[in-house]
Amino acid sequence: MIPAAFEYHAPKTLRQAVATLRRYDGEARVLAGGMSLVPMMKLRLANLAAVVDLSKIDGLAFIDETANGLAIGPMTTHYAVESSDVVRRVAPILAETAALVGDVQVRNRGTIGGSVAHADPAADLPAALLALEATFIVAGGPRRRTIRADKMFVDAYTSALNEGEIIAEVRVPAMASGTGWSYQKLANRASRFAVVGIAALVATDEAGACTRARVAVTGAGPAPVRARATERYLVGKQLTPANIAKAAARATNGIEFLGDVHGSPEYREHLTAELTKRALTEASERMG
Amino acid sequence: MKINVTINGETRTDDVEPRTLLVHYIREMRGLTGTHIGCDTSQCGACTVLVDGLAVKSCTMFAVQADDATIQTIEGVATDEALHPVQEAFWLEHGLQCGYCTPGMVITLMQVLERNPNPTEADVRRGIAGNLCRCTGYQNIVASAMRAAETMRGETR
Ligand SMILES: Cc1cc2nc3c(=O)[nH]c(=O)nc-3n(C[C@H](O)[C@H](O)[C@H](O)COP(=O)(O)OP(=O)(O)OC[C@H]3O[C@@H](n4cnc5c(N)ncnc54)[C@H](O)[C@@H]3O)c2cc1C
Ligand code: FES
Ligand code: FES
Repeated sequence: MIPAAFEYHAPKTLRQAVATLRRYDGEARVLAGGMSLVPMMKLRLANLAAVVDLSKIDGLAFIDETANGLAIGPMTTHYAVESSDVVRRVAPILAETAALVGDVQVRNRGTIGGSVAHADPAADLPAALLALEATFIVAGGPRRRTIRADKMFVDAYTSALNEGEIIAEVRVPAMASGTGWSYQKLANRASRFAVVGIAALVATDEAGACTRARVAVTGAGPAPVRARATERYLVGKQLTPANIAKAAARATNGIEFLGDVHGSPEYREHLTAELTKRALTEASERMG
Repeated sequence: MKINVTINGETRTDDVEPRTLLVHYIREMRGLTGTHIGCDTSQCGACTVLVDGLAVKSCTMFAVQADDATIQTIEGVATDEALHPVQEAFWLEHGLQCGYCTPGMVITLMQVLERNPNPTEADVRRGIAGNLCRCTGYQNIVASAMRAAETMRGETR
């Protein structure tokens, strides 16, 4: 299928991109990897006056190690993230999650900025970024601002970005040494999107008591969320199978489960608890 | 809009509408119909080509995004003398039935084997997750990929 006609702009700077977006007053969108926007335009779910391609702007695809973690450019592809030695060392859950997005072709073009901005309720990276407590530096407003991961995903296909704002950088705190991690998803057979996906990070003290647990759920409800009740239950406890099972049962708290052809609300609820159990189990086995 | 695209070594400048999909540009304007269209949802991979060395679904990219790019399609994979080892292996292992998915499979597997010359069968299956074979000939496609990997590593059977 062929999209409706639109004007194409490929600015050379972020400033020009912002100015062009503003000129179209909500009728234009930025184009990153196009792995979500182009299909939507083909199906005419998105009808735009103009598209502002970010790919000709230098310096938007990078992975830098900083004092406390990673700075990742918005145009960095899923393949670049999955194959980066730096990401594998500093935030391995992010590399592992990126490797499970879609397929080779989608990962070659799809970007971290696009994945976050698109806020697909079944997207994978948001779960890892929530568990990592990533932050997003956003350009396009009166001044650059920072949005925390737990404020970014508002509703299905709705991020906290205002009209005309562009994600300029993703900041990912390093995983503290000794942290165990896991990303577990049941993938939709056709698209590989998460029917439900769970990202988990855990750490314990020398006596084996959990000092930190961060768990995020994607695919289950309209937006990915932290499973705070699970996290609270675990802290201070031993990561025994019994405690993990009890913590995992709490991952469903407060989620308004989606129902569609890929799974009923009841099925997603079941998956959320089950995959949380698996994620916490694998994470606890991987603590250094 | 004017775009400048090199396909299989031949560079041309063409005028396209921004909404022209790369796959339509390749098939209709460049006359290279080996690149197929199998779906409307970016899922089948029949349209896969290499853009600047990266396997992409050409139905999910606008031709204008390929301005100044170098593209390889299935027509540019064999030389006058020889098939590419992946093509050769598809022939020997009966990796195709109707052949509709084959151009996309071959191009995707070229990328998969370039990145991982020593794959397991599971790696190959993950590698072609974005390519559907409606004839469901996956067993032989995977066997073809394993044989191609051996050939490309310089091993013989
Ligand atoms: C067949 C297929 C399978 C897929 N499977 C999965 C999967 O299993 N898991 C998964 O998580 N995803 C999956 N995806 C989606 C993929 O990960 C996309 O890469 C991602 O959702 C969007 O990234 P993009 O760079 O392609 O963005 P685009 O499609 O270019 O843009 C998407 C939206 O984000 C906006 N945007 C892009 N960049 C920015 C920015 N820097 N600042 C502000 N707004 C921006 C655009 O304006 C647009 O509204 C799949 C896609 C396809 C086609
Ligand atoms: S035609 Fe491109 S993925 Fe199906
Ligand atoms: S051989 Fe017929 S679609 Fe694959």
